[in-house]
Amino acid sequence: MIDTAAHATQGGESRAMAYFAERAKWRWPEFALWIGAFALAFLFPSRALLFNEVAILALFALSLDIVLGYAGIVSLGHGAFFGLGAYVAGLLAKAGAGAGLLSDPTFGLLISAIFCAFVGYITSFLVLRGADLTRLMVTLGVALIFAELANRMAWLTGGADGLQGVMPGKILGLFEFDLFGRNAYLYSLTTLFLLFIVARKVINSPFGVSLRAIKGNALRAGAVGINVNRRLNGAYTLGAAYAGVAGALLAQTTAFVSLDVMEFHRSADVMLIVIFGGVGTLYGAIIGAAAFKILYDLLAAATPQYWQFWLGLILVLLVLFVRGGIMGLVTGVYQRLTGKGGAA
Amino acid sequence: MSQASNSVLATKNLVRRFGGLVATNDVTFSLPAGARHALIGPNGAGKTTFVNLLSGVLPPTSGQVFLDGQDVSAWPVFKRARAGLSRTFQINQLFADFTPLETIGLALSEAHSEGAQFWRRAGTSRAVVDEAVAILEQLDLGDVMEHRVGSLPYGKQRLLEIAIAVAPKPKVLLLDEPAAGVPEGEREQILEIVEALPKEMALVLIEHDMDLVFRFAKTISVLVQGALFVEGPASEVARDPRVRQVYLGESEVEHHLDTPPPGGAGHGHAGEAGRGGAA
Ligand SMILES: Nc1ncnc2c1ncn2[C@@H]1O[C@H](COP(=O)(O)OP(=O)(O)OP(=O)(O)O)[C@@H](O)[C@H]1O
Ligand SMILES: [Mg+2]
Repeated sequence: MIDTAAHATQGGESRAMAYFAERAKWRWPEFALWIGAFALAFLFPSRALLFNEVAILALFALSLDIVLGYAGIVSLGHGAFFGLGAYVAGLLAKAGAGAGLLSDPTFGLLISAIFCAFVGYITSFLVLRGADLTRLMVTLGVALIFAELANRMAWLTGGADGLQGVMPGKILGLFEFDLFGRNAYLYSLTTLFLLFIVARKVINSPFGVSLRAIKGNALRAGAVGINVNRRLNGAYTLGAAYAGVAGALLAQTTAFVSLDVMEFHRSADVMLIVIFGGVGTLYGAIIGAAAFKILYDLLAAATPQYWQFWLGLILVLLVLFVRGGIMGLVTGVYQRLTGKGGAA
Repeated sequence: MSQASNSVLATKNLVRRFGGLVATNDVTFSLPAGARHALIGPNGAGKTTFVNLLSGVLPPTSGQVFLDGQDVSAWPVFKRARAGLSRTFQINQLFADFTPLETIGLALSEAHSEGAQFWRRAGTSRAVVDEAVAILEQLDLGDVMEHRVGSLPYGKQRLLEIAIAVAPKPKVLLLDEPAAGVPEGEREQILEIVEALPKEMALVLIEHDMDLVFRFAKTISVLVQGALFVEGPASEVARDPRVRQVYLGESEVEHHLDTPPPGGAGHGHAGEAGRGGAA
């Protein structure tokens, strides 16, 4: 008889424990990537502003990867949360006028995250009501509404002129944003790193496994007792909060917010980046952001008029011929080098 | 069958229409705890549709479903699963990118209400891992538990389809052609596993192979064109002339009347192997 109270064999259980531990282990390329990213601030201080942009873009892409790559929700309006976060942080920094808690950038990040999490949670119910195509339209529609609101509420946002007088204070009361952007980059990168660790932990948790299960087969996920929509509400909320923090970083490190933060191209770019880097891999978002920015700069310098053509072509080729984007390539190489399974 | 009071699963006047087609036609049904029940009927009779209605995959056009006496007709799939109703699918519904270990770990995490925990690594709950490995070992999946599900042989995937439904220790398990598409030699193993399930678990088996049906079932319902045609103890159903006419091949029923159900190796009629399809 199948004994449901039976215990595993000793060997079987330790094999299983080892298997789970191995899956979530940090691997050397991961260490290398983060050490390298921090080293850039000191190796090429003159490019810090560019690196800062990449770090912010990477965090934004990471937030979409949670929504798209793990929750499986195709969002064309993820930029709404980026823009909201930017405005919240910008307004706080403006209100704080360079001193006190309100102008502390880390406080700004926190409030942006909470605000966007709240808006994300509310809108997630609208998004999850429909099936794929409806979802797409709802995300797009919500983003358009917020963009128009920002435009109309010029008394608050500065409208087309942008939000003036954003004066973020010292980070934790200690570090000032310098002219060359090195502290800005270190600040953005540290934020990215910490939030990445959190995301990695969540993705490797039972909650994260259930997200992968839902994406893999929602019917079976429901049949094992998973409240699919509740989990997706959670993932969407987390993604919204992350996007808000990315927007807040941009507002703080550039000391400016314009309507551009709400524009559709941001949602589209970040979608490209995630697909380019590899959906549902976390690292794909970071590598994708870096690759996107480098490619953009190279192409814009080489062919100022046709860079979009070349970017589009490269993207099409990559999507058609390399399964899983850049991360698909990277894990393939890594597996060949080490002869075992891929990174988390 | 038995009275509604001690039934774990019951339906009342259940109807499901697909456009003009009545796939489930006014079915009133009751399943006692610990049942060993077979649901048979020709292709397209509405067996899978009935299971979909019971498990909440499909909403009924009208009528009710009761689980432990409670009206669950409006409950979503996950809520019925949590209340102890489990099922397998005629066509595998698995997570191709998971390993069997992760798959069963997931099912058990949910059963233990640990599935929403987001601040600890999956696989650190000793009770879940221990139970998952025990189930995998019992269902002959121990040696492939770290392999990718999508690359397992079909027979192993079929075992996992059962394992994932059994893992949460449901009160009721609905098995929709668990041996469908499995090669002849491996069908026996699947039936043995089904027969070895805990006695207190109520089982409903859909199966076309009459050898397997009569070996397994104490009670049988015959579904024809969406309606319950005949139901009762296996021996009576086998003797029923209407059943012979509508569904069973005459000779096959004779066989089960004349000789006692075979206890050993499953032989003979492959029946409708089903169109199991790929995962
Ligand atoms: N989603 C659907 N939409 C329309 N018709 C359906 C749907 N599902 C099932 N049907 C029809 O309902 C009838 C019953 O189908 P069902 O799959 O329940 O039969 P079954 O008894 O499980 O058959 P089999 O033994 O072949 O598995 C069939 O005529 C089928 O074509
Ligand atoms: Mg069927």
